[in-house]
Amino acid sequence: MNTETNELVLDNIDVTFSGRSYDRSEDVHALSKINLTIKQNDFIVALGASGCGKTTLLNVIAGFLRPTEGSLYFQKRQGRTKTKVATRQEIVKPSPDRGVVFQKHALLPWFNVIENVEFALKLQGVDRIKRREIAEEKIVLMGLEEFQTHKIYELSGGMQQRVGIARALASDPAILLMDEPLGALDALTRETVQEIILKGWEKTRKMVFFITHSVEEALFMATRLIIMSPRPGRITHEFKLDFSKQFLKGVSARKIKSQAKFIAKREKILDIIHSDAT
Amino acid sequence: MNSFKNLFKFNVRSTTGSYGVPGEGNSLWIAVGSTVFFIILWYLVTTPLLMPPVVDDESITNDEEVVVEEVIEKVPLIPPLFLPGPNAVYDKFVILLTEEFNGGTLFDHIKWSMFRVFSAFLLSIVTAIPLGLLTGLNVYFKGAFDPPIEFYRPIPPLAYLPLMIIWFGIGELSKIVLIYLAIFSAMVINTRSGVRSAGLEQIHAAYSMGASKFQVITQVVLKAAMPEILTGMRVGIGFGWTTLVAAELVAAQAGIGAMIKGASDFLVTDVIIVGIVVIGVIAYAFDLIMRYLERIIVPWKGKMT
Ligand SMILES: Nc1ncnc2c1ncn2[C@@H]1O[C@H](COP(=O)(O)OP(=O)(O)OP(=O)(O)O)[C@@H](O)[C@H]1O
Ligand SMILES: [Mg+2]
Repeated sequence: MNTETNELVLDNIDVTFSGRSYDRSEDVHALSKINLTIKQNDFIVALGASGCGKTTLLNVIAGFLRPTEGSLYFQKRQGRTKTKVATRQEIVKPSPDRGVVFQKHALLPWFNVIENVEFALKLQGVDRIKRREIAEEKIVLMGLEEFQTHKIYELSGGMQQRVGIARALASDPAILLMDEPLGALDALTRETVQEIILKGWEKTRKMVFFITHSVEEALFMATRLIIMSPRPGRITHEFKLDFSKQFLKGVSARKIKSQAKFIAKREKILDIIHSDAT
Repeated sequence: MNSFKNLFKFNVRSTTGSYGVPGEGNSLWIAVGSTVFFIILWYLVTTPLLMPPVVDDESITNDEEVVVEEVIEKVPLIPPLFLPGPNAVYDKFVILLTEEFNGGTLFDHIKWSMFRVFSAFLLSIVTAIPLGLLTGLNVYFKGAFDPPIEFYRPIPPLAYLPLMIIWFGIGELSKIVLIYLAIFSAMVINTRSGVRSAGLEQIHAAYSMGASKFQVITQVVLKAAMPEILTGMRVGIGFGWTTLVAAELVAAQAGIGAMIKGASDFLVTDVIIVGIVVIGVIAYAFDLIMRYLERIIVPWKGKMT
């Protein structure tokens, strides 16, 4: 029995973009007092009006952006009751323990599919045979085994996003950060990739922080759904959900999404978001 | 005659149909067609096929014999002194291959010109690309080198040719330096803007995969800059050819420019045309090679947005 759990803690995160630049005059208070503990097996989905700071929050977790105030760290807990904090590791810069999937895939066009996926391992100096093996495993996980040697620009948008996810998984991160990864896909492809992501998540059991604009997607994927509000960006609501668990137990996605419970939740959340927007 | 209809579309033979990127598609046959068209046009205006201007009716009745002679004698639209025909130019070309003109055969002239342009080109590659990268990657280099480069860039090389001659004499050095300067600025500027082609997300992705700053530069930024570096090389060598003749017009012993200069002193128009065509063909051939290399080295160019 594993007696250690890992979690990612956001402690009173505040981000202000300073207005002292030639194209802006006012400070932007993008995030205010964000407190969030992401536990192992959490699939967190962030939802909220445009400009409420979702991407900013993801950039902070990824380490691309240092918070103006507050701190964030990984923390390992030990012992039978998991109350004892064993180690704390401050997050100050990007690192392979936090994989990022971007809205626009951000793959490298001079590499083919497998070279993109193994790039992280190459950077870390993993030897050739080993990194091929790992990359192939992630590619299979995303259902892309037939496209290993394809050029990136020969793939469809959905495939490109799956390559992006495989690439983020390659360095075996503790958490996967995804900023509207499916935003550019058509409804049908989107649902297929949602299912692929959930199945991949079940196999790898990583923490996930996932941003979307689709309420349905959020409800379907999340174990914890957080709703953010703008000016300043903060977390206003949180819901615990189990629709994704139903899916992984074998219930079909269509059936889940047409349940009365699902629809009721969806309406409730839409209400919250609309009242925020006005 | 389907292809004839295509002539009037803006997007001939595109891989993505009529709604692809405008201007995409294979233009080889059109290029061949336009070349043939211009050669035929050249032939027509320089060959005595066309009738001379109609002569007054009065003069015909007055002095028939003279008039008959005038009507029979055909003259080309443009006289050979101004524009010799393609066959005359071709004959001259063949003669120039073996006979010396103004200090050398055509081969000698081509050899010298290519030597000058390509040494300047190589010199630019080893200096302008590194400097472009440095100015793109580092604000101190950018601040230090931007003013001088941007200052001299728009000045026509002919304007500082006299300076080059005063500084470096009338030998090879001043010519190569002149051509080098013309190529250099184009290559620096393209390389510098190439450094900006890597997307922020690609850079972020590399950092989050554990890349060091050095790795981000060598593995992402430089690779993403390749298409523009190659464009800089193409544009640069174009400037090189443009500047070549200017450099050779002054006190060159040999070279296409010197050959043209010699020919113009004696009004040998066909030699001038041979010189022009030779430069054009060499430059065009080199550009085709560069485009071919582009397809091999940066096949993704223009395919990612
Ligand atoms: N680099 C920056 N400089 C200044 N202001 C910024 C910067 N990045 C974001 N902002 C501001 O911070 C706020 C939050 O932006 P953010 O991109 O996090 O929103 P978002 O929730 O991701 O929106 P969307 O759903 O449209 O992607 C916005 O008001 C935005 O204008
Ligand atoms: Mg965003």
